[in-house]
Amino acid sequence: MDEIPKTAAPPEPVAHAAIEVDHLDFFYGDHQALYDIHLQIPAHKVTAFIGPSGCGKSTLLRCFNRMNDLVPVARIGHGQVRIHGTDIYGPKVDPIELRKRVGMVFQKSNPFPKSIYENVIYGLRIQGRTNRNELDEVVERSLRQAALWDEVKDRLHESGLGLSGGQQQRLCIARAIAVEPEIILMDEPCSALDPIATSKVEELIFDLKKLYTIVIVTHNMQQAGRCSDVTAFFYLGKLIEMDRTEKIFTNPGEKQTEDYITGRFG
Amino acid sequence: MQTQANLFQHRPSAQWLLETAVAGIIRSATYLVLIAAACIFLTIGIKGAQTVFTSHWPFVNVPFFTEKPSTLYVFEWQGQKREMSDDAFRAFKAAQKVEEIPAETYAHSAGGILPCIVGTVLLVLGSMTIALFLGISSAIYLSEYSRDWWLLRLIRLAIMNLAGVPSIVFGLFGFALFVGYFKWNVSLLAGWFTLAFMVLPVVITSAEEALKAVPQGFREGSLALGATKWQTIRTNVLPYAIPGILTSSILGIARVAGETAPILFTAAYVVLDKYPWQVAKWTDFFFQPVQALPYHIYVVSSKIPQNEYTERMQYGTAFVFLALVLLISLGSVLLRLRLREKLKW
Repeated sequence: MDEIPKTAAPPEPVAHAAIEVDHLDFFYGDHQALYDIHLQIPAHKVTAFIGPSGCGKSTLLRCFNRMNDLVPVARIGHGQVRIHGTDIYGPKVDPIELRKRVGMVFQKSNPFPKSIYENVIYGLRIQGRTNRNELDEVVERSLRQAALWDEVKDRLHESGLGLSGGQQQRLCIARAIAVEPEIILMDEPCSALDPIATSKVEELIFDLKKLYTIVIVTHNMQQAGRCSDVTAFFYLGKLIEMDRTEKIFTNPGEKQTEDYITGRFG
Repeated sequence: MQTQANLFQHRPSAQWLLETAVAGIIRSATYLVLIAAACIFLTIGIKGAQTVFTSHWPFVNVPFFTEKPSTLYVFEWQGQKREMSDDAFRAFKAAQKVEEIPAETYAHSAGGILPCIVGTVLLVLGSMTIALFLGISSAIYLSEYSRDWWLLRLIRLAIMNLAGVPSIVFGLFGFALFVGYFKWNVSLLAGWFTLAFMVLPVVITSAEEALKAVPQGFREGSLALGATKWQTIRTNVLPYAIPGILTSSILGIARVAGETAPILFTAAYVVLDKYPWQVAKWTDFFFQPVQALPYHIYVVSSKIPQNEYTERMQYGTAFVFLALVLLISLGSVLLRLRLREKLKW
C-alpha cells in the first residue's frame, strides 16, 4: 500500500472529556498496533470507533479498562490514557478499581453459567455485598435499564444461558451497569445479533448515554450513524479523523474516511 | 429384448482381497483383546467369588471382610480333615485338652483382609487429597498466573516426563526422601506423598487441560467487572474445570490403589497386629505402616508355596481389590455427572 495514512490533527478539546488519550503508542511485542493516538472522549455521549479489521480500534478500547494487561506481550510505548485527569497506567492505579468504574461489554456475549439474578449481581458479590434487599433492587434497576426486566422478571433464577443471543447481550449490559460504572466500553456488541436484537441494543445504547459515557467499537457503519454522537475513524493503527457523527457521515474531512464510509474499501 | 448383463456384478480383485484381509485382521485383533480381558476377569471373578461368597446365609463370607489375615492350620482329627485359623486352632486344642496336633500351616491363608481394605482406602484417600491439592494448585499457577517463557516450558516438559517414570523409581524416591531423610519411617504419610507424587503429572496435565477448556470469555467478563484474579478463578474458572479434573483423576485413583511398588518401601507391612484406628495418640495415625490389597496379593502369591489353600486368599483378595477400585471409580464418575449437570454452558 503506497498511501500510509497520516495522523490527523488533534481534534478540538471537548468540554467534558471522560477519557483523554494523549499521543499513545501501543505495541504487541515488536508489532506496533497504535500510532500516536490523540483524542478525547466526551462524557455522557456515545462515541463510536469505526475502521477496518485490525485497525486497532478494539486495542484502543481495551486500553481504557486495561484489559490489555491480560495479553503478556502488550505494552504502552509512549503516551498516556487519562480518565478524569488520572493517568490510568500510573503506578498508583489499581486495575481492579479502574474496572469497577469502567465497565465492558464484549463482542461475544459471555453470560456466566449462573442464574440471571447471579449474573447481574456478580460485580456486587465480588465486592462482598450481601444485603438481599439491596441486591434485589440492583437486579431490578439494572435489568430495567438494560430493557430486559419485562422479559425475564419471572425467571430470574433460571440460567442466563437459556436466553436468546440478544437477551444474553442485554444481560451482559445489565451486568456491567449493576456496578454503576461511569464509562461503558462496548466491543462490537451487536456483531453476533440478528437485526431485531441489534435494534433493541441500539435503542438501549441511546437511552444509556444519559447515565453513562459510552464508547462503542463497531464494524457496522449504519450502527455508528444511528446511535453515536461522535465517530472516530481508524486505519492501520492511526486515528484518521474524529468528529461529530453527522459530519463524518455527510462531509468527512479526509479522503480515506470517505472511501471507507462509502464502501470503497474496508 | 435382450436382458442387460449385471453391470454391478462382484468381481474379485487384489483390492477386494486386501479389503477383506484388513477387515479380518483388525477384527480378530479386537476379539483377541476381548478374549484376553474376559479370561482375566472371569478367572478372578469365578475363583474369587468362591472365596467372597458362600452358598448359605448371609451368602457373603463375612469373616473374610471382618478379620485380619492369619495362619491356616490343616490337620486330621478323628479321621476327618479340618481347617482352622490360628485362634480357632488354639481354642480347639484347649477344648480337646491336647498339647499338640500335627498340622500343616499356611501363612495368611485364613481369616480375612479387613486391614488391607482399610489400608488401601486410607492410602487412596490421603494420596488423592494431596495430589489433587498440589496438582490443581500448580495447574492453576501454570495456566492462569505464569507467563509463557522458557523456564515454564521446561517445567511442563519435566512434569510430562515424570508421568513416564516407573513406579518403583517413585518408591525408591519416597523411601529415600520421606522414609529416610524426613525420618517418617515406613508410614501412611510417606506412602501418601510417594503415591501423590506418582500421580501428580497426570493430575497437573489434566487439570491444566480442563482449565484451558473454560471459555476465555468467563475470565474476561469477570475481570471487566472489577474482580481480582483469584476471585475470577474461584468463581468463574475452577467450578467449570472441576468435572474435567475429576474425570482424569479417576485414572489416578485406579493407579494409586493398584500400584505395589511405591508403597513397597514406604507404607506397606506384610502383617500388623493392630488396625489403623488403634493408635495411642492421634498423631501416631500418620506415622504407622498399613497393610494394602495389592501388596497383600503380592505377598500371598510370591512368598508362599502355592497350593489350594493359598489360592483362595489370592483370588479372593484380587476380587475384592477389583471391586473396590471399580466402586471408587464409580463414585467419582457419579460425582462428575452430578457436577456436570449443575454446571453447563
